[in-house]
Amino acid sequence: MNAPTSPPPLLRMARVSKSFPGVKALTDVTFDLRPGEVHALMGENGAGKSTLIKMLAGIHTPDEGSIEIDGRPVTIDSPNRSAELGIAVIHQELNTAPNMTVAQNLALGQEPRTAWGTLDRARMRRDAEAKLRRIGADVSPDTVIGRLSVGMQQMVEIARAVAQQARILVLDEPTAALSEAEAQRLLELVEELRESGMGLIYISHRMEEVYRLADRVSVFRDGHWIDTSDRADTTPESIVTRMVGRQLDDLYVHEPHEPGDVVLETRGLGDGAQVGPVDVRLRAGEVVGVAGLIGAGRTEFARLLFGAERARAGEIRMAGEPVRIRNPLDAVKLGIGLVPESRKEQALFLDLAVRENITVSGLGALSDLGVLRFGRIAELVRRQVESLNVRCSSPQQHVRNLSGGNQQKVVLARWLAVQPRVLLLDEPTRGVDIGAKHEIYKIIDRLAKEGVAVLMISSDLPEVLGISDRILVMRNGRLAGEFDHDEATEETVMLYATGVAGDGETDGVPDGRRAAVTKQGEAQ
Amino acid sequence: MTESVRSTEAPAPAPEPGREPEGATPKRFDGARLALLWDRYGILGVLVLMVVLMAVIAPNFLTLSNGFNIARAASINAILAAGMTLVILTRGIDLSVGSNLAVCGVVSVLLWTSGAPAIVCVLGGILVGAVFGMVNGTLVAYLGLPAFIVTLGALTYLRGTAYSLTDGRPLIADDLGFRLLGDGLILGVPVPIVVMLLVYVTLWFLLARTRFGNEVYAIGGNPEAARLSGIKVKWTLTKVYVIAGACAGLAGVLFSARVVSGQPTAGESYELDAIAAVVLGGTSLMGGVGRVQGTLIGAMIMGVLSNGLLLMNVPFFYQLIVKGAVIVLAVAIDSLKHWKRT
Repeated sequence: MNAPTSPPPLLRMARVSKSFPGVKALTDVTFDLRPGEVHALMGENGAGKSTLIKMLAGIHTPDEGSIEIDGRPVTIDSPNRSAELGIAVIHQELNTAPNMTVAQNLALGQEPRTAWGTLDRARMRRDAEAKLRRIGADVSPDTVIGRLSVGMQQMVEIARAVAQQARILVLDEPTAALSEAEAQRLLELVEELRESGMGLIYISHRMEEVYRLADRVSVFRDGHWIDTSDRADTTPESIVTRMVGRQLDDLYVHEPHEPGDVVLETRGLGDGAQVGPVDVRLRAGEVVGVAGLIGAGRTEFARLLFGAERARAGEIRMAGEPVRIRNPLDAVKLGIGLVPESRKEQALFLDLAVRENITVSGLGALSDLGVLRFGRIAELVRRQVESLNVRCSSPQQHVRNLSGGNQQKVVLARWLAVQPRVLLLDEPTRGVDIGAKHEIYKIIDRLAKEGVAVLMISSDLPEVLGISDRILVMRNGRLAGEFDHDEATEETVMLYATGVAGDGETDGVPDGRRAAVTKQGEAQ
Repeated sequence: MTESVRSTEAPAPAPEPGREPEGATPKRFDGARLALLWDRYGILGVLVLMVVLMAVIAPNFLTLSNGFNIARAASINAILAAGMTLVILTRGIDLSVGSNLAVCGVVSVLLWTSGAPAIVCVLGGILVGAVFGMVNGTLVAYLGLPAFIVTLGALTYLRGTAYSLTDGRPLIADDLGFRLLGDGLILGVPVPIVVMLLVYVTLWFLLARTRFGNEVYAIGGNPEAARLSGIKVKWTLTKVYVIAGACAGLAGVLFSARVVSGQPTAGESYELDAIAAVVLGGTSLMGGVGRVQGTLIGAMIMGVLSNGLLLMNVPFFYQLIVKGAVIVLAVAIDSLKHWKRT
């Protein structure tokens, strides 16, 4: 595939395989990394990317195959060994001690000591400042790290990696939880590190990032290495085609729906702080997308509607009548469902079965005098599992063992089982592979056809534009714009989301964000 | 609409539990299988093993009457542990059950000495336990106080209550109307054992067959997800502590019936034995995982252990050492399970 380079590559993995009980996670994978390049790994969830980087981090060891660094075979059998070899991995879940300061985190494990054997705080601070300066991170070493944004914490981790003279840096979905501005800074930093001769492995689902950064792109599918190509020789479409294994011509599902009456209406709804006043009308049988930057108050708005947070201002009306929603139970009783942002933390019971996860919101109808009717339960669960195509070995299987897409379908099934009138979806396809995404879009479409009012929050703009009948744009806790399916474009939505266009209220938008977006606009 | 992307997930290997995965080495497979067996039946195996061992060592161990002895002696701990199981399933703890037992035992005897009919004494004792459970539950659920602190406080003030009710002296009542609960027989089976089994059947039914039970598991598994699913988390939590309190009340009544008096010193450190039985029985201190059947086995293991050590004439001090070691072992098993899962 790729011509052998004369000096040995920084890292080379040859014919590597790894199995876990029940799964062959990686089969015969060959991969190499050169100094001074960004090598992107692309693939759906479960394609084997994580297994590969866990091998580099010393968490897993390969069953077969070899790993070479600078042409010398190595065994990476522990995280310590991995660090000794100059490998640093920035995982999706950050690896910091949240209650300690930045300086303490940077010195972790190699704290400087005074002649008395006590901690040399002054030196620790100086070292930290130097380390942060090297990557241009503007953080005080005395800040408690848990108070920093995820982006800044990531910077600190990278500063630690650089200070430890890492030569191979692995970044696993580094921008997933970052704001636009933070993401821009991270991308710039990656470019600088590449200039300095470091080899970077970059995992991301965001095609634009990959296209901006990567020198080479390797595609994985089902634990197999598909191919590696220079970025210049490939197109996003061809990458996706290889990831999915077939032509991807119709991901988004949108057939215009015939909206009915207004089911839910908010007037001046707000939490008295960051969100509101917001006036929204949701009609039966329409899909309303909510776009906006992270921190625009979209999640908070949905949580107000659902009673997960108490509203401090305004009112909610359903079918014209004012209603009180003080807690989620009130919302459920009124026929409102919420698929929250992070399914593992906020929606799923990982150690309970698919069956219990699906029925948890509808137990009233599935029991008589509090005694469960297992006949009814089995029937309902079977229907939901079938109609949503949840892939599980049985309804008794623990949800922990399902893939991300199937877990999300279980959460959807929970709400479909109670036949809601309004369904709030907060990032319903985050961390879900493309095949499952398509299935979720079909479910949303079907719900709208059945007359459910769907409100979908998403940071994936093509998704919002692709499947919504109507698009709301939020900024600073308020509505900044509203578009029909046909008139919305990514550019206009971004302009409203960032405050460049809209009702003129640009105050309060951090300059960094606006600048970042402008820059992105230029890049396109 | 094209169906082109529909089945993209299908080629991904879908592991099916129970079926031999092709890629796995036989050794790993055996390990997983063993782990599953241990998870389900391990603790029952431990009990059987202990019984066999004791039967060999102490010839008078394996008799029906000694079996009844063990179960009767273990019944009070088992009843406390039954309620404790629910509390621990919701990620909580109830340290007050031993003191609550003393208060309720004393109250039931006080009711008798003041002329109440036996049935009122029994129900009164249980009710008092439930009320103190309600207090615990309300503080934990509605004020969000840590269960450990709330029930640690209750452990102390309930002990004080028990002492002050009797001026610190035991309350002897030779004519106690419900003493049958202590030494009576039903079809040849000691009454405390029958009561214990009734408690377990009831709680098994509640956990496995009712909406309440599903909600308990849900809250223990993920409290935030439970709230966002529309479960009345606070009210359900309160009910859990009420049940634990009622179990303590019932255990107190049985205790008084057994010793035919109200003892303000009753049940000291029983809460720890109850917790040990729960954890031995496979309920996770992290909440959400566990069954009341396991707790019963856990309580019986502790009973067999006490009885066996006694039959072997192990001095009391050494008995404490062995029991303590068993409690530590129980927690070690619990953490081992979590370690395995990750």
